[in-house]
Amino acid sequence: MGIKILTEHINVPGIETLEMYRKHGGYRSVEKALKTMTPDEVVEEVKTSGLRGRGGAGFPAGMKWSFLAKPEGVPRYLVCNADESEPGTFKDRVFMEKNPHALIEGMITSSYALGANTSYIYIRGELLFVLRILEKAIAEAYAAGLLGKNILGSGYDLDLHVAPGGGAYICGEETALLESLEGKRGNPRNKPPFPAVKGLFQSPTVVNNVETIASVPWIVNNTGAEYAKIGIGRSTGTKLISASGNINRPGVYEIDLGVPVEEFIYSDEYCGGIWKGKQLKAVVPGGSSVPILPAELILKTAAGEQRLMTYESLSDGGFVSGSMLGSGAFIVFDEDQCIVRNTWNYARFYHHESCGQCSPCREGTGWMERVLHRIEHGHGHQQDIDLLVSVAKQIEGNTICPLGDAAAWPVASAIRHFREEFEWHIKHPQEATAPGAVYRGQLAAATV
Amino acid sequence: MAETINAFKFSDKALVEIQRYISHYPEGRQKSALLPALHVAQAENNGWVSPEAMDAIAEILNIQPIEVYEVATFYTMFNLKPVGKHVLEVCRTGPCCLRGADQMIETLKQKLNIEEGETTADGMFTLKPVECLASCGTGPMLQVRETYYENIDSEEAVDQFLEMMRNKEVETPEWAK
Repeated sequence: MGIKILTEHINVPGIETLEMYRKHGGYRSVEKALKTMTPDEVVEEVKTSGLRGRGGAGFPAGMKWSFLAKPEGVPRYLVCNADESEPGTFKDRVFMEKNPHALIEGMITSSYALGANTSYIYIRGELLFVLRILEKAIAEAYAAGLLGKNILGSGYDLDLHVAPGGGAYICGEETALLESLEGKRGNPRNKPPFPAVKGLFQSPTVVNNVETIASVPWIVNNTGAEYAKIGIGRSTGTKLISASGNINRPGVYEIDLGVPVEEFIYSDEYCGGIWKGKQLKAVVPGGSSVPILPAELILKTAAGEQRLMTYESLSDGGFVSGSMLGSGAFIVFDEDQCIVRNTWNYARFYHHESCGQCSPCREGTGWMERVLHRIEHGHGHQQDIDLLVSVAKQIEGNTICPLGDAAAWPVASAIRHFREEFEWHIKHPQEATAPGAVYRGQLAAATV
Repeated sequence: MAETINAFKFSDKALVEIQRYISHYPEGRQKSALLPALHVAQAENNGWVSPEAMDAIAEILNIQPIEVYEVATFYTMFNLKPVGKHVLEVCRTGPCCLRGADQMIETLKQKLNIEEGETTADGMFTLKPVECLASCGTGPMLQVRETYYENIDSEEAVDQFLEMMRNKEVETPEWAK
């Protein structure tokens, strides 16, 4: 069992109150940073820690912070991305719901580092109940002098507000999020300029995921060097994994980056194995947009090495035989799941969530959904498989935001690894559309 | 002024809540309070946002009505037509489907005798399929107003849920209490 940086006290009764949170060491990083460190020193610690963006992209957080423009007389903003909408991801919701002060502490310490005097937590609109929890905790923090003017007598001022979205996956993309925060449709902006130069209200802005910001207090308290000792190589620290699908113990787990995938799936400390005594068929290891891998490639790399829960190991083999850690949404499929049906479901999701700005995404996601729908429902043509590959390829890289890639990858990878299953649906439409029918040929071949 | 079918007026508590959001943003950036205002309007207007409610928002935020319409039509949470007393927002996305969301939705359709997007004849329920609600570890699940109902993984669970909802009043949001 590894160190619990984010979840050590998450199940303590009353931890959502300021009193109990402080009793367990809460807000120490605010005292330390504001009273004994300069903002640049905090940024340096985060750089040293190797902490990478936990929302999915994995970009080094300290480096992102150091890009922030600092023109005189212009306000700077820190915006927390709590728009958690990637299918399979629910770690941020659980974290905020249970331990709101931990995010607020991270927001104060991080805002200080960036020189922001107003910060926002943008939370997806479906989570209004979590917004209420956060607002209650924020009110407590104001009353205790941890927010507002002259925090703890340090001379530093910070206002913190929570803003709800309205139901749109695209607002997890940082520039769409900023548009939404300005009261507009969530259409991603063209870049450059990047938010670090022109972000919220045309001012320099950093947008970070909930988990990224919540990791900062531990780094400030214990130093970046200590944080960097956890994990393997460039995958430093701990990561919250949202485990879902056909497993015995779905839920959120904090792991040291580097736990073997096999252990994560089968150990009773984590997923507890495949439910109902069934066999593992496939895993989507980082949220719906990352490539799906069949059982043999998620447990071991193509070179036969043990696959680990790190950014590097999960992407080993590129998109030919690897995937991505993404947001850490680990979706497990048992032998009874139909890959074609699941791929159609994901394609429908991306079609539904495309903002409609770029034609390759707007038209391509709908096209993929329609083709997958007809294959799943017994009306597919043999050339449909190559058509899907071709459409996915024409979306990928041809849009101003990553939603296009996110829509293309699940389709391309499902066909790459489960082509036989798509062919079976097309060749045997009656069998394939029978209730509960699932292709077992590939699974049998893999286990012989 | 001609009387309209869906005449709408914000309550005092609702106006206070919208002003609170406006105060979170810099001078001249009051449009930022648009999404919160739409949530407030929907809660005040039996679960949907009428054109009249949108016009009232435009007036408060001092923006053009079209700026409200284009936003309200972009985000999926805002219902632009009248809905039932309880809107069942059922998650239909992959991870929930691995744990039986398709069956849950099918069972709800049969028991309520409606299709997706429809409202029961008695006006009690609207069935609204939605995408991933960040509750994949406890699927199949659905949302009604500000509450999640999780692990609805059998016919009995659906029955129990519907029975409970039939006797439930609509939630009052925090700011209206």
